[in-house]
Amino acid sequence: MVILTLKLQNVLVKISNRNFIFTICFIEASGDYPGASFFSTEYIVLKIFQHSMPVKSPVKYAIMLVLVFLSATNIVESVYAQHDETGVIQAGPGQIVQLGDKLARAKLKNVQTVLVKMEAAGGDAVLALYQAMLSGDLFYVKDASSVSGNAALRRLVIASKTENRTYLLQDAITLDSLGERTKKQIKKVRSNNKLRGYLRSAIARLTLNSEQPEIRKSAVENMLDSLDSKSIPYLEKAREQESESDIIELIDVAIALNVLRTSEDVDLRLQAIETVQQSLRPVVRNSLTQLLEQDEQSAFIEPNAPIRAKAREALDDFQNKLDFYGLLETIFFGLSLGSVLLLVATGLAITFGVMGVINMAHGELIMLGAYTTYVVQLWMPNNIEYSVLVAIPVAFIVSGMVGIAIERGVIRHLQGRPLETLLATFGISLILQQAVRSMFSPLNRQVATPDWMGGSLEFNAVFSITYNRLYILIFALLVFFALQLIMKKTSLGLYVRAVSQNRDMAKAIGIRTEWVDAMTFGLGSGIAGIAGVALSQLTNVGPNLGQAYIIDSFMVVVFGGVGNLWGTLVGGMSLGLVNKFLEPATGAVLANILVLVFIILFIQKRPRGLFPQKGRAAES
Amino acid sequence: MKDASLFAQQFTALHTVRTKAPLFLGILFTATIYAAVCNLYVAEDSVLYVSTYTITLLGKYLCYALLALSVDIVWGYCGILSLGHGAFFALGGYAMGMYLMRQIGDRGVYGNPDLPDFMVFLNWQELPWYWSGFDQFWFAALMVVLVPAVLAFVFGWLAFRSRVAGVYLAIMTQALTYALMLAFFRNEMGFGGNNGLTDFKDLLGYNLLSDNTRVSLFVISAIVLALAYVCSQLIMGSKFGRVIVGIRDAEDRLRFLGYRTDYYKVALFVYSALLAGIAGALYVPQVGIINPGEYSPLNSIEIVIWVAIGGRGTLYGAVIGALLVNYAKTKFTAILPEVWLFALGALFVAVTIFLPNGIVGLFKRTSLNDGHDLGEQP
Repeated sequence: MVILTLKLQNVLVKISNRNFIFTICFIEASGDYPGASFFSTEYIVLKIFQHSMPVKSPVKYAIMLVLVFLSATNIVESVYAQHDETGVIQAGPGQIVQLGDKLARAKLKNVQTVLVKMEAAGGDAVLALYQAMLSGDLFYVKDASSVSGNAALRRLVIASKTENRTYLLQDAITLDSLGERTKKQIKKVRSNNKLRGYLRSAIARLTLNSEQPEIRKSAVENMLDSLDSKSIPYLEKAREQESESDIIELIDVAIALNVLRTSEDVDLRLQAIETVQQSLRPVVRNSLTQLLEQDEQSAFIEPNAPIRAKAREALDDFQNKLDFYGLLETIFFGLSLGSVLLLVATGLAITFGVMGVINMAHGELIMLGAYTTYVVQLWMPNNIEYSVLVAIPVAFIVSGMVGIAIERGVIRHLQGRPLETLLATFGISLILQQAVRSMFSPLNRQVATPDWMGGSLEFNAVFSITYNRLYILIFALLVFFALQLIMKKTSLGLYVRAVSQNRDMAKAIGIRTEWVDAMTFGLGSGIAGIAGVALSQLTNVGPNLGQAYIIDSFMVVVFGGVGNLWGTLVGGMSLGLVNKFLEPATGAVLANILVLVFIILFIQKRPRGLFPQKGRAAES
Repeated sequence: MKDASLFAQQFTALHTVRTKAPLFLGILFTATIYAAVCNLYVAEDSVLYVSTYTITLLGKYLCYALLALSVDIVWGYCGILSLGHGAFFALGGYAMGMYLMRQIGDRGVYGNPDLPDFMVFLNWQELPWYWSGFDQFWFAALMVVLVPAVLAFVFGWLAFRSRVAGVYLAIMTQALTYALMLAFFRNEMGFGGNNGLTDFKDLLGYNLLSDNTRVSLFVISAIVLALAYVCSQLIMGSKFGRVIVGIRDAEDRLRFLGYRTDYYKVALFVYSALLAGIAGALYVPQVGIINPGEYSPLNSIEIVIWVAIGGRGTLYGAVIGALLVNYAKTKFTAILPEVWLFALGALFVAVTIFLPNGIVGLFKRTSLNDGHDLGEQP
């Protein structure tokens, strides 16, 4: 029959004279569905229809008829499983389906044989099936035709109970969803203790030998956290084949932990403590603590004194490391909060610090940046990965433009009346908020996080830092230094500094101060927009986003020293750190309050901030 | 009592109470008596009838007017822009709210005679120390003026002595009220957290829901506003007031002349905070709730808006601004809620650019602050 199929395919090629049709059919049929061959046949027919054979061709109908006949009588067996020798298709899925059928039919005493065969044929592909069988979730559908079209083949499914007493089915091999069934329509694949033991070790073997290092690693981690001596031989075997050094280390810890728990040899156990000590996993800590515990008669459970001493030492060491990494974590969180403060304050450091304009709409410019990210993601829903990168320049332009409009329209008319600027820009902030509320909605918008910003960088079991916070920290510093560069090395920066130091003199030597004002304000506003892009990855994007940050950003600028960009950097970072160091003792809100009170008192002592401006500009 | 003695002391300064005072007081009292009489003695179906809802609303506006007055005193006359006056208002309100809370007694949902409902809910066993005494009205009334005054004194003393002024001071006051807001939002503080204090039953034995009590509160608000107005006029007309205006216009010069300007500023700031606290205490029984939202910086900035729109440095301008803006707010938020923030924002931009002296400035060219830019040069 296989030969027949092959011939049929050859005929197809010849008749249509379009090789690519065949190729497409073949690849799609072989790659997609590892189930019954019926589908592949059907697929070929479908493809022939879809592709460009003349509609009226009698040959087409002939071929169709043949194919339908073949599939209906189930003559076409697994097209690909048997095709091994051609090298086109790898072994397997079809065979597993066959074995699955056997598993569903097998008597209990024969099940293990089938399982062994399945493991040999399927490798990783049967892992889910095994796990389901171990937990008793493996079923087959009684009326096979309802799921596969092939009534003769029993299909294995993983079933999970829903709320209304039906079962949600999943193909045990492909994990495709197969809809809901009632309890009567499915039947459990039986197992017994012996089989469960086999399954357990098989699962360990499969995960330990997985192709992907992450799966191997989590397999070892799982085994380590619930260690029993039966898995040790597998671990030892896996260690020989392992190439990743961190997994080898983990395996060593697991083996040593087992030695520590079971061995009688004192030297070996002492050595084991040393090995175990390398790991910071909670299970190690628990084991070490257990060694030091006393029973009711206050006799040590562990009789051997040197081991106890060593364990105590290891535990102290463990605690030191834990403290150390805890400190590192607090520092990182502090820097992360600091970077957010720095981002939101950098724009303000330009508009408020350098220009002296109290821009209460600064928060809303940040919010506009966040909403820009949202809109950009709506534009390119298929490229979320790049959307954030695209949003950065777009947000800069959007917020910058709005900023320039504010400067030209309002602030220009209020030159030298800072308190009135404060009130006018506050009015603008109300308008911007309401505009966003009317255009989008008063509710928060969902901004997606690209994959590359998700996840975390793990240093060890107790210390890891999330990528989004790390990237935002780096990004904040980049923005800051770019701004420094602009202020120090470009002609715009030179003009800005000249105008802020002495407006009249700058005008007298031919600087277009009005233009410089607009550009400066645009720059500060644009940076606020960029901050909004970063914030959209950390917090909810809503009309009130800006308000939450406006006071913080003013605090940072005032604390750091108005007119001093470095002050803003130091101010932002130190406020972030102080906040995070206070937090464990006081809680987040109280820490925030204490920092505010601290700044209020600090400003009384040093009204010009940490780094006051020097020279003539500072006099006014 | 305090007002009366001040009145006597400043009697010689009476001539400085300008012609506007009688006019202002006349209008205020006529309106108050009219509204009160029409509510209590006119039949409900009459055209002249003023509903209790309107009375409460008017009472609320009068409290806002008093609050605006207190901001005008520091901002309009002394150039101190406080973006944190809502904090003093709310502190006064909380002091009154705590008294009203204690008056509920065992009529709360949980029926605990000592503890307010939210404390029972939080499983507290006894009243925190700072709640003791608030079952006495005189103590609560004392706290209404004392707490805002002490806070203003400490803050002002620190700030004005180290010459924090202008923009910095504005931002510091904003931080102050923001910090207080965060603090009062915490349940552990013992002020009802997010929900604040509410469900009040009666004040000095009078049921808060009855028409008579509401009209009385409204009339008391009007009287207090009038007293505060006259008192402030007297202060501003006295030598002290002259120095204050001098500080606004040229603080350095006054300092060189030998005035301890920081003392003057602290005194004025305390007086202003005291008025704001009283406004809050009158406000709470009328609206029936006080929550940490009152501390939000937005609220404090709104007060400044009222004053700016009405016109700074005139006292009656602040009152007019507060009444107009709040009336517009009530109307707008009922009819076109979407438009209110647009309108308020636009009004604000327009007033600061085109009407630096507010609505009052439109009618009167020679107001007290004509020809001066308030605030400091950067």
